[in-house]
Amino acid sequence: MAEDSKRPFRSKTNEVDRFSILGHPGTRRQFIKRVAGTSVAIAIGPNVLTSTSVGQPVPSDTTIATSESVKVNLSINGKKYALDVDTRVTLLDALRERLQLTGSKKGCDHGQCGACTVLVNGRRINSCLTLAVMHEGDEITTIEGLANGEDLHPMQAAFVEQDGFQCGYCTPGQICSAVALLKENHANNDDEIREWMSGNICRCGAYAGILAAIKEAKKKVRA
Amino acid sequence: MNPFAYSKAADANQAVTTLSGKPNGKFLGGGTNLIDLMKMGVETPSELVDISRLPLAQIEELPDKRVRIGALARKSDVAEHELIKTRYPFLTEALLSGASPQLRNMATVGGNLLQRTRCYYFYDPAFPACNKRKPGSGCGALDGYNRIHAILGQSDQCIATHPSDMCVALAALEAIVRVRGPNGEREIAFGNFHRLPGDTPERDTNLAPGELIIAVDLPAMPFAARSHYLKVRDRASYAFALVSVAAALDLGPGKRINDVRIALGGVAHKPWRALAAEKQLTGQEASEKTFRDAAEAELAPAKGYNYNSFKIELAKRSIVQALSIITVS
Repeated sequence: MAEDSKRPFRSKTNEVDRFSILGHPGTRRQFIKRVAGTSVAIAIGPNVLTSTSVGQPVPSDTTIATSESVKVNLSINGKKYALDVDTRVTLLDALRERLQLTGSKKGCDHGQCGACTVLVNGRRINSCLTLAVMHEGDEITTIEGLANGEDLHPMQAAFVEQDGFQCGYCTPGQICSAVALLKENHANNDDEIREWMSGNICRCGAYAGILAAIKEAKKKVRA
Repeated sequence: MNPFAYSKAADANQAVTTLSGKPNGKFLGGGTNLIDLMKMGVETPSELVDISRLPLAQIEELPDKRVRIGALARKSDVAEHELIKTRYPFLTEALLSGASPQLRNMATVGGNLLQRTRCYYFYDPAFPACNKRKPGSGCGALDGYNRIHAILGQSDQCIATHPSDMCVALAALEAIVRVRGPNGEREIAFGNFHRLPGDTPERDTNLAPGELIIAVDLPAMPFAARSHYLKVRDRASYAFALVSVAAALDLGPGKRINDVRIALGGVAHKPWRALAAEKQLTGQEASEKTFRDAAEAELAPAKGYNYNSFKIELAKRSIVQALSIITVS
């Protein structure tokens, strides 16, 4: 097989494709999207894909209103977006399904795991438990908005340096949460960091690396 | 999630007017519990009125030294506010022991008062029996897995517990809940805000349909500066209480208890004010024995089920420990 620079994982550990984990819109995800999109379109037709992203069937309760679409202007990572969204769409689904900002992850979708953590006006929140329509006028920062061009945010760099992940799925949420943690000034000792990061679960158990990364970043970013 | 109409309220009066006469409508604040319950299919409002931007997030001292917390103040902001940290430290402890930093940045004080039980049989509509979710359908917890359930004040219709930490401290403080409805404002004493299940477990509170919580008022109560919130749970962080204790002590010379406030969380359908224990302690000397005797008195009517009887002894020991911690502080 020819050397492929876009392969998500390379053999040497120091060359792990950090961009696939840290929010660079490349490689594996585009491939999966293309394949999945094609097969679904063939199987069930394109109209289904344009319906709302919340795929649960509507129960036959006659008192329930029909689905409602509203306009919302979102400001994400310094860019403005005008969207028509179903009122039911969460901020997380708007980011992932409508704006292709797939760095924020859907883990539990119930506010229990923290994979969907984003910053709204500088404060960390669970984007799965808030509606997109509620965020007109807010400044939203996702994992994609932390780096300065090709220069990683110090917290991203520290997670790479300190091996703060294994599978990487919780990592965007961990990093957004950790960025806010430093601003909140709740990273003054190991116990405090553990307590104030308890809203971000890592199923791989990379906590030791996450703790080390936050401590390293704290040295570089003055809180 | 069921479809719903959505609008943003311009002010509190408009919010109340919009939902007047619409029992299927709901106010949307932080959304952390409501949106979750809507995803689960437990809550199915036909209309949401977004109140999250209304200017009701103030935390201020009133001229008579009481403290008023706006209903839309975020839990994180209340917990870190200087007035709360210094005058009501157990309220800060209770707030910071609940949920996660992300959720505390979203969740509001008013919403916390209205958050619903985490009883498994309530939260998952796949369970057919839940009198709270579907009146008359029975109680799945009575003969089910009831480890997190109530030991005080429950009925044969419902043994769910109220999940809030913050409300336990507010119960001990005898806070006042200010609400606005179609007929104007009224005050509800905290002890009358939440309900015991009785025969109507579907009603968590005495809030009338269409009423909006505006603020929570805390009494001056100087001895609340000497207080503690003790939370016992399965994990060190980010878990609901099995049992919790909010307590404040006013100690005179010779460790005489001039005044005391105790409320329990995780044991009942509402934050449980421990009036029997308070009565027994007042005038006594603070000691492990008097604390234990008071705890015994409070838990005398407690009743356990298959999996939660451990809570009775746990609650007694937690009362003793919380009071002991305050005594030596």
